[in-house]
Amino acid sequence: MSLEEHKRGRPFAKFASQAFALLCAGATWLCVSILILLLWNIVSFGLDSLSWDYINRFPSRFAEKAGIKSALVGSIYLIGLTALFAVPVGIGAAIYLEEYSPKNRWQTIVQINIANLAGVPSIVYGILGLGLFVRAMQLNRSLVAGALTLTLVVLPIVILAAQESLRAVPSTIRQASYALGATRWQTVWHQLLPAALPGIMTGVILALSRALGEAAPLVAIGAATYVPFLPEDVFKDEFTALPLQIFNWTGLPQKGFHEVAAAGIIILLIVLVCMNALAVALRYRFSRNKRW
Amino acid sequence: MLLPETALDSRPERMSEASARKTPVRMTTATLDQSNVSRSAAEIAEQSKKVVTRDVDFFYGAKQALYKVSLDVPEHCVTALIGPSGCGKSTFLRCLNRMNDMIDDTTVRGEILLDGKNVYRRGTDVVELRKRVGMVFQKSNPFPKSIYENVAYGPRVAGVRKRNILDEIVEKSLRQSALWDEVQDRLYDSALQLSGGQQQRLCIARALATNPDVLLMDEPASALDPKSTAAVEDLIFGLKKSYTIAIVTHNMQQAARVSDQTAFFYEGHLIEVGATNELFTNPYEKQTEDYITGRFG
Repeated sequence: MSLEEHKRGRPFAKFASQAFALLCAGATWLCVSILILLLWNIVSFGLDSLSWDYINRFPSRFAEKAGIKSALVGSIYLIGLTALFAVPVGIGAAIYLEEYSPKNRWQTIVQINIANLAGVPSIVYGILGLGLFVRAMQLNRSLVAGALTLTLVVLPIVILAAQESLRAVPSTIRQASYALGATRWQTVWHQLLPAALPGIMTGVILALSRALGEAAPLVAIGAATYVPFLPEDVFKDEFTALPLQIFNWTGLPQKGFHEVAAAGIIILLIVLVCMNALAVALRYRFSRNKRW
Repeated sequence: MLLPETALDSRPERMSEASARKTPVRMTTATLDQSNVSRSAAEIAEQSKKVVTRDVDFFYGAKQALYKVSLDVPEHCVTALIGPSGCGKSTFLRCLNRMNDMIDDTTVRGEILLDGKNVYRRGTDVVELRKRVGMVFQKSNPFPKSIYENVAYGPRVAGVRKRNILDEIVEKSLRQSALWDEVQDRLYDSALQLSGGQQQRLCIARALATNPDVLLMDEPASALDPKSTAAVEDLIFGLKKSYTIAIVTHNMQQAARVSDQTAFFYEGHLIEVGATNELFTNPYEKQTEDYITGRFG
């Protein structure tokens, strides 16, 4: 092919390029339209049941009297406790793996395992939680047992996100800190953590969003689905959570409960959107004046 | 390869002949002679040796990067390390404050003595060493914090808590790095808002704030425009009164302008070292001559 021909370009290459762009756009719109359909379906179905009363009522045998209060409060407790357990452990593990551990075979093995753990189905963690926390540690079906089980689910995600953020801190910052006679701990505390914090926070919130939506591990540890009270002792009291309550309602034969379940899904989605918005806001807030 | 002493001793008698031969280099020397502040070979020899290295080998994994490098860095002098890319000059520099420790799977052999003590001996406190041997990097790397916090970081991690002492150190360091006048009314603004040249001078101030004995500079001006480069060079020249400086540079005019002693590295070997004005006018080795006259590298 002469240079002239080359410059003009081959017609097929042009066509292929446009076709590919179209294909990708189609894939995007497919996803978006499915999501919109789903949202519309749920909102149209559940909006009628949604009211302040609904949020403020405990579950009931009668669909028109059923409320989401215990599930919503249970979920909030659960997420709070999960964050309490998962964040320090996850960030600590990430700091160790990124900044302290020698880069040897052992580290590689641990790293591969964490990546794999992030992909393990949550029901497996549920069974582990049942054996370890509920039975062996005798925490029964308490909020702490549920939160510890969810911690297992999200821990690999938190570790990976925190590692990613630490790795994104330019090595020049590390070098500058060490060259000034800072110890490892000082470098981590004064330079790396502040710089990595927005990324870590985002990862943590996204991981917690996942924990918020998990029903399977809670089913596995035997969390209750009918809880007409608010938990007072996190080590003892039984609890329920949004996805569990929704799962329970959708399983009932009466149509009224399906509408209540749809309303529950709307609540769950609102909480999720709020958490994601918080993640975006944090990222924006912290990274505004930060460029290297 | 020569030991520095012999290189210095044998040079003067060859001086006239060599300077007649190499015009471009002689021009550089002319400016040097006018400024008349660079130290001569005799003056360098009088200085006590701050850093002494003996037969230093360095390996990245199995790949050897330095071969038996023996170099003395005299006190209160600027020693320039020159040579083509990948010749080991930066690696050597980073051995002096053990920054290479941060790279996995590296090996050092030989002796590196700071005030007579081997920095690689067992039980060396690396943190302590790096407080005594400061470093400025090629790319200015201020922390994403305020100007004040950047300079105060070194003293802070060393345990200085008192605000008035920190204030004093910050001002002194910024004055030393000729930045005080430009930033004194915005000490609490982000350091990232400074220009490239100012950022590099801030990094120098930051390194000075720990009050080091030795200052290592790894191509400190290579990313700067000519004006900022000149500012940094002036700074380096002024700093040698109080500090011992080793600077890696790709720019031979820069080496000629700022340094008292120059060491030429090639493929991991220290080819030649000597007083700058003599090395540039009358290099002993053919490779050095080829490099400084621009025939390769």
